[in-house]
Amino acid sequence: MSAPHERTSATTKSDGTRAEDDHLGGGLLSAGRAQDPNYVGTHPEPRFFVTEESDEDEFGGRTMVLNLGPQHPATHGTLRVVLRVRGERILAADSEIGFLHTGFEKLAEHMGFQQWVTVTDRMNYMSAINNNVGYALACEKLLGVECPPRAQALRVILSEFSRLADHVICVGLAAMDVGAFSLMLWSFERRERIYDLMEAVTGTRLTTSYTRIGGVFRDAPPDFRQLVESLLEEFPRFLAELRGMTIGNRIFEDRMRGIGAISADEAISWGLTGPLLRATGVPYDVRKAEPYLGYDQYDFDVPTQQAGDSYARFVQRIEECDQSLRIIRQALDRLPDGPVMCDDKKIALPEKVEVYQNIESLIHHFKQIMFGHGIEPPRAAEVYVATEAPNGELGYYLVSNGEMNSYRTRVRPPSLYHFAVVPRLIEGGMISDAVAVLATFNIIAGELDR
Amino acid sequence: MGRQLSATEIIDHLAERYGDKITVVTPPGASSRPYVVADREHLVPILDFLRHDAALCFDFLMDVTVVDHLHLEIPEIGERFASVYQLYSLEHNHRFTIKARVPESDPRCPSAVTIWKSALWGEREAHDMFGVEYEGNPDMRRLLMPEDYPGFPLRKDYPLRGRGERDAFPQYRQHRNARTAGEPSGGAT
Repeated sequence: MSAPHERTSATTKSDGTRAEDDHLGGGLLSAGRAQDPNYVGTHPEPRFFVTEESDEDEFGGRTMVLNLGPQHPATHGTLRVVLRVRGERILAADSEIGFLHTGFEKLAEHMGFQQWVTVTDRMNYMSAINNNVGYALACEKLLGVECPPRAQALRVILSEFSRLADHVICVGLAAMDVGAFSLMLWSFERRERIYDLMEAVTGTRLTTSYTRIGGVFRDAPPDFRQLVESLLEEFPRFLAELRGMTIGNRIFEDRMRGIGAISADEAISWGLTGPLLRATGVPYDVRKAEPYLGYDQYDFDVPTQQAGDSYARFVQRIEECDQSLRIIRQALDRLPDGPVMCDDKKIALPEKVEVYQNIESLIHHFKQIMFGHGIEPPRAAEVYVATEAPNGELGYYLVSNGEMNSYRTRVRPPSLYHFAVVPRLIEGGMISDAVAVLATFNIIAGELDR
Repeated sequence: MGRQLSATEIIDHLAERYGDKITVVTPPGASSRPYVVADREHLVPILDFLRHDAALCFDFLMDVTVVDHLHLEIPEIGERFASVYQLYSLEHNHRFTIKARVPESDPRCPSAVTIWKSALWGEREAHDMFGVEYEGNPDMRRLLMPEDYPGFPLRKDYPLRGRGERDAFPQYRQHRNARTAGEPSGGAT
């Protein structure tokens, strides 16, 4: 096994300075590999941080290297975990990601601020609204605008529904991965009901692109209240069924308890956030720590577990569903009337009717849409805005060049930092335990690779 | 919960000890937060101070990334790259941003892995995208791009559609050849 580390540094660096060709990135082409029909690319050699002296145990059993992924039912996305196993026991693990890398951050440098909203919901496709809202908040802070109260409340309601959808799917899939298949079907059924609401409000089920800078792109439909009421009514029954199937279930608890446990200090050092951090007993929630969208006016708790294992993470997600329902109930009760877009004509796109009939609106429309104009924040302004996505802290770091495109857009996805710790947690366990850890970590490949 | 400090108070506290080693930058815009820039030689001691000082206590390294300042020159930074650290303190509930200057001719930066483990993958991705080598990080393999990928895609002089690296992927080549059967194969698409 050759050391991958050396090979990488050989292609990127030679005696401190980069070869001209390498620096320009034409290395692959000049090496003639583009023309070589037999070239199939390389994968990095797995690098195991746990090394053992002996390859054989006392009975002569050999270790073997096993791939979990990139296509595996338990990874729920394209990511690769390489395991060195002896029998069912994992001795060492390494991971490889990037199969879904799409260059979203590079795209942001070539698209207008308003346009990039459509990219954000491709990142965590399980809870697209939360990504939309996080990005819109970052842009609003960069530009110094605020969205009107009705848009805030709508964002809160849909964010919490999105969180519910994300959590119930994670919980259902986690249950399926340890053998309780029915829960997966139940939770998908429940998510479809939430997607019905999403479709009614945003026009799409999965990739919503609902927010705009300064508000949301359209108001809720007239029957919005009934739709939300009916969901609020049936959801607690579903959660009770979920709890009845899992909590206190001997088989389920044996599979989940004590698996992949992480301490609070370690979790903080590894940068875990969201349900994973709260499952270790740390009550950190961005909605409480730095309230946005008026979250400080809602009455809700931050549940925590103590164990930090797979079971705690599972229970944590179910308990967060209760709190989301509480927030939705309060937000619906005091849903204010009014506009859903801010009245800053430099930011809010005018109505199409206005554009066709009013010269001033036509000019505003032109100025926002045409290349070289658009929304232009001050030069060298920069913000980092954190929001609480279902998986944890979702941060957007924007740097502006004073032009219509963002100069640098960085997404801090929770899954990236979560997945870094997975190989360390599954070492020493069984292969089936690795599945239980992966399931409760809820790694979304879209935001992991961006 | 401890006492929450504003960014200005954090900078004042930091300046008491490292006043000659940091430069304060206040970006424009009403809601932009001031941050500090340091030379990379002094970065690790400053980060260590930020992590362990009782009044600051930044126990989270939320994010590590790099900004390529090729088309956005900021006099206080003055180099091509800046390595950006987003810090958060759970105890005091405050946030802070610190940047390190990384010159183009020698893109290396000391690693923060000894202080926060989240730097492991944050720095790995920054290296993958910008080619900044983090010294002391035990795992500097590429994270998202293929291992033999020659360029650093988030650099500003790297074109949006690449430099023809896609041609090296056999699946893509087959797909393209199937579409343009009979035509001589062109260069970068």
